[in-house]
Amino acid sequence: MKRRPYFLIFALIFGYAFFYVPIASMIFYSFNKSRLATVWGGFSTEWYGKLLDNQQVLDAAWLSLRIAFVSATVATILGTMAGMALARFARFRGRTLFSGLVSAPLVMPEVITGISLVLFFIALNGMIGWPTRGFTTITLAHITFSLSYVTVVVQSRLASMDRAVEEAAMDLGSKPLRVLFDVTLPIIAPAIIAGWLLSFTLSLDDVVITAFTNGPGSTTLPLYIFSKVRLGVTPDMNALATIIVVLVGSGVAIAGWIMHRADKKRERDVQMAIAANK
Amino acid sequence: MAALAPAPQAVQGDESHLPKAHSWRQWLDREAWRKTIIAIPYLWLLFFFIAPFLIVLAISAGTSQVGIPPVIWKSTFPFGTLDNYVFLTQDDIYWQGYLNSLRNAAISTFFALLIGYPMALGIARASSTWRNVLLLLVILPFWTSFLLRVYAWIGLLGNTSWFNRGLTSILATFFPFWVTGDHIQMMNTNFAVVLGIVYSYLPFMILPLYATLEKLDRTLDEAAMDLGSKPWEVFRDITLPLSLPGIIAGAMLVFIPATGEYVIPSLMGRGDSPMIGRVLADEFFQNRDWPVASAVAVALLAVLVIPIMIYNFFQAREARRSAS
Repeated sequence: MKRRPYFLIFALIFGYAFFYVPIASMIFYSFNKSRLATVWGGFSTEWYGKLLDNQQVLDAAWLSLRIAFVSATVATILGTMAGMALARFARFRGRTLFSGLVSAPLVMPEVITGISLVLFFIALNGMIGWPTRGFTTITLAHITFSLSYVTVVVQSRLASMDRAVEEAAMDLGSKPLRVLFDVTLPIIAPAIIAGWLLSFTLSLDDVVITAFTNGPGSTTLPLYIFSKVRLGVTPDMNALATIIVVLVGSGVAIAGWIMHRADKKRERDVQMAIAANK
Repeated sequence: MAALAPAPQAVQGDESHLPKAHSWRQWLDREAWRKTIIAIPYLWLLFFFIAPFLIVLAISAGTSQVGIPPVIWKSTFPFGTLDNYVFLTQDDIYWQGYLNSLRNAAISTFFALLIGYPMALGIARASSTWRNVLLLLVILPFWTSFLLRVYAWIGLLGNTSWFNRGLTSILATFFPFWVTGDHIQMMNTNFAVVLGIVYSYLPFMILPLYATLEKLDRTLDEAAMDLGSKPWEVFRDITLPLSLPGIIAGAMLVFIPATGEYVIPSLMGRGDSPMIGRVLADEFFQNRDWPVASAVAVALLAVLVIPIMIYNFFQAREARRSAS
């Protein structure tokens, strides 16, 4: 007596429509010939062409990509260290404070993080003449909030990892650093890659903290879009949004698929190794 | 294996039982390595998270002045003043800001739960092939730009959009006494803000709910059914109570950031009843009043301390449970 859960199926259809109809509509209207963003006037790709001529958009995009690359890389290194510290070192002085510090940026409202960082940077600049507001301050701010996300991802991967592999390597005489580079890091590599990608997109996407920490002449792509969107919906914004959504969406889908396949392959390898040793 | 040689034990973890390092090399291998891994991110967070907050605290106790920096402190003990906090209680805009934020965040959390719970349950009960696809479809919007997803809704809500026109004509057919004209004003209303928040934060509700629901023991359901419970009773007496940790985690992950939300009310909300995030930003960017802006930030954090502590408490309990 198994009934189909019609209510749940309906809820899923409604939910995914809620998620995707606005995005689909936006993509559709980016091919609108009409200058009026919401009135259909025939198919056209002219807005995409106009976008490539818009130097402001290109500059903002390039700045955003550079900031995202640097901040994701540094945040991944720091976050991996923090994740290892929390997952592997059961006791050290100030551990409670440390784990609180790591999880705080995850829930802290962005306006609070933003205002405290900018006031801190201004005070620091007054004292030692560094950092100048702009690329540096935005990057430092992005590292600080991305770090937490990397930590969470790496920590949970380490927690689910089989410690026996590391112990075996050490029993066979490997030094801790060798174990780290030859055993631990390769095993948690998918988490590190996921953490980097997450930091990269978070940085590429951030409006609020960037609005607080940016300086004259350092307009990132989200800040540019934010200032435009305040004035209303336009076809060229639809085109820009479509490019970003399609690029990021397919990037995430491909990354997810690759990681899923790598996981499957490793599981298979482990199974075969066990079978071979029987 | 381990018995053959007095091999070094697992170096990570608790090492208090190990003999003290004898040589510099050993120290480098064991102690320095461990200390570096802890110290670097620790110092980073102390420097870029705690220090900035202390500065905000200090500035909120200062007095604003025309000049650089636009804040000054008293030269005598206790150097600071609580005037800015007193000021927050006197001007209606701050009270209204906090109340608007808390109300919008609470309503949004409720609707996110209403939409998210059946979705999470549907995903958890789906076959494993479907489950991965459905999960990816929830995570995908979470990865694509937050700003652009809000922008997509602005396109739909506008007075001339197909969505607004279509909704208006549907409603006009069924409730002709209620809907007049060819559009409904949806943009720049509280409705738009709540919708924007629900839309943006829905994945944060679904993912923790899914994580709890997926672990539930279905044999309990079957036992209850065998004993004569109706499906609705099984849900009410078993599924819902057991998924409480997921509900709380999801609700806090929506409620806390939604309270401080700035982008959505700025783009979709009414100008005359701003949420507190927007009040803070205006105070900082337009009035250039650092002390009041800082006081708004500190008070906002004070308001959110309780939900943050609830969230941390449940997270810690879950972590202990899964560890044991």
